[in-house]
Amino acid sequence: MILNVKCASFSYDGITKQFEDVSLSLRRGEVLSLLGRNGTGKSTLIKCILNILTLQKGEVEINGRRVSSMRPDEVAREVGYVPQGHRSVFPFSALDFVLMGRAPHISTFSVPKEEDYEKADEAFARIGISHLREKPISEMSGGEAQMVMIARALAQEPSLLILDEPTSHLDIGNQMKVIATIDRLAADGIAILMCTHFPDHAFLVSHSAAILQDGRLIAKGPAEDVITKENLREAYGVDICVHYIEEAGRTVCIPINPCGCRGKGEA
Amino acid sequence: MTFGKETTAETGQEPERNVTINPPWVPYRSDTPVYETVLRHIPVERAIYLLPVALFFFSLFFGRYMMDPVQTLRILVIGSANALLDWGSSLLSALSGHQVLLPSFEQTWGASEQTVVFRIRLPRVIAAMLVGGGLAIAGASFQGLFRNPLVSPDILGVSAGAGFGAALGILISGDPGIIQVSAFIFGIVAVAVTYGIGRVYHNSSTLVLVLAGIIVGSLFSALLSLAKYAADPYDTLPAIVFWLMGSLSAVSNAEIIAVAPPILLGSLCLFLIRWRINLLAVGEEEAQALGLDTKRMTVVLIVASTVITASAVCISGIVGWVGLVVPHIGRMLVGPDFRRLIPVSAILGASFLLVVDDIARTLTAAEIPLGILTALVGAPFFAYLLTQKKVGWT
Repeated sequence: MILNVKCASFSYDGITKQFEDVSLSLRRGEVLSLLGRNGTGKSTLIKCILNILTLQKGEVEINGRRVSSMRPDEVAREVGYVPQGHRSVFPFSALDFVLMGRAPHISTFSVPKEEDYEKADEAFARIGISHLREKPISEMSGGEAQMVMIARALAQEPSLLILDEPTSHLDIGNQMKVIATIDRLAADGIAILMCTHFPDHAFLVSHSAAILQDGRLIAKGPAEDVITKENLREAYGVDICVHYIEEAGRTVCIPINPCGCRGKGEA
Repeated sequence: MTFGKETTAETGQEPERNVTINPPWVPYRSDTPVYETVLRHIPVERAIYLLPVALFFFSLFFGRYMMDPVQTLRILVIGSANALLDWGSSLLSALSGHQVLLPSFEQTWGASEQTVVFRIRLPRVIAAMLVGGGLAIAGASFQGLFRNPLVSPDILGVSAGAGFGAALGILISGDPGIIQVSAFIFGIVAVAVTYGIGRVYHNSSTLVLVLAGIIVGSLFSALLSLAKYAADPYDTLPAIVFWLMGSLSAVSNAEIIAVAPPILLGSLCLFLIRWRINLLAVGEEEAQALGLDTKRMTVVLIVASTVITASAVCISGIVGWVGLVVPHIGRMLVGPDFRRLIPVSAILGASFLLVVDDIARTLTAAEIPLGILTALVGAPFFAYLLTQKKVGWT
């Protein structure tokens, strides 16, 4: 078991709970999609797993070690984090950026060495963006920047990768590119926890899914069991049909038109 | 042609380039102009390091009392050697218990030249380099910490505090030593109060720190106005006003010895953590996720920068612009990576203030205050920089 979250509860002010009694676990090479509406505590849960925030109750274990007893650099050697979009003030090059992923492996007063450059290049090559190496992050498209962020997380050499809405702000082509990359990394044995607003993406890439609603997990398990019409209605408050489409070769989620019956082809 | 295109598509790295067949006497890849090839072989980063050395010697012989460059060099080298030998003989005498006299070189120059080089120009030149380099390094670090290229070293109130401290010193005694100590202490106190206010909010988020800096800055400006209001308009008020405009005209060797260690130690500290400033500069949360203890890092950075700035300000008075403009020039030359930006900022800052101070002491018979010149030179230059495309931030 790479990640094990046991009965985790968190609250910022000690009164209102962000989430309560959340339990999750992830094996090597497993992809878990975490679904739930905006503001339901997904990002907070991620911060708790990264030990940026401290749980009130419960435990987070990574490779059998309690996160709360680990130093920040020890956590960063196990967990790579890909934040939701990035706007840097300074135009660091992609290489500068990916090298930052080596930080947990470099001592405080040191700078990246030859070996760190090699690892950074490996990370570039692994997701096929070596051509972006020298490009300033400020001149990149959203899709390119997202791939660089993933490369940076890979340079940490993590056993667990956490992605916070990796496909938001991306066009449909880039979305699929990111999804395919995630699938490939999972096949290499990295455990992946992905927050997403697209239940569809859970079918594309994940083995399991969980839905967070009002701070509690209302469902978790294999994607097909979790992503159902009933659960989605409870989570998002809208009707969504879940169908297997032969042509796509997979199950898809489509919201049922909430604006009456317009859009049937007539003007 | 086709082959060339195929490699382009495959590696995706090489920009498309028209392949032309050159006669044998034309060197390979002649599509880049000669001067560009030459320039590429002179590494800007390395060449910059010669700048302060050259300016250092220039500033020693250049001035209202113009000296012969060779003679100046001789005075500097032989004079320093003699001073060292002198010191050696007194040390040996003290150790052995009887008089030991080491030989010394013959002094071929007059006492006045000796005084100009060692008592007047050398301390001033060293002070300009320490203050300029220190302010630039502190400015560059703060720009990284606050993720904002428009930040200068006094954002947390150090200059406002030091200004009030100096005014208080002038009102109480007028002794230069007391004025400097008071300026230094109040500079540190101001930043400590800023940080304390930031801590009240249970986090040291940089936005809260900036707001606290504004609060403390305006508080100390008010206190400074009070001190000016209470000052004697014929005696202490002009002294306060002159101090606030900044000058290196009265710097002595003893003062250099007092402020050099804190400035150098603070700079060394920032130099050592320079790569980690990159992580802070992309965002607090990301830095934490990358395993950086951001809270400790922030404290180290603030303490080092504040010690540097307070030490610099207490011998020079308020010298603006250096900490803001110089890191920008550095970023245009070597890019945003703090690994290179920190040393280059120090080098450029030292050179910039050295030039400005040379102008300050030679342009007119009376000294021009430094703060006026850094702004007069810095502001138009900064305006020019902003019209350039490659500003180094977005």
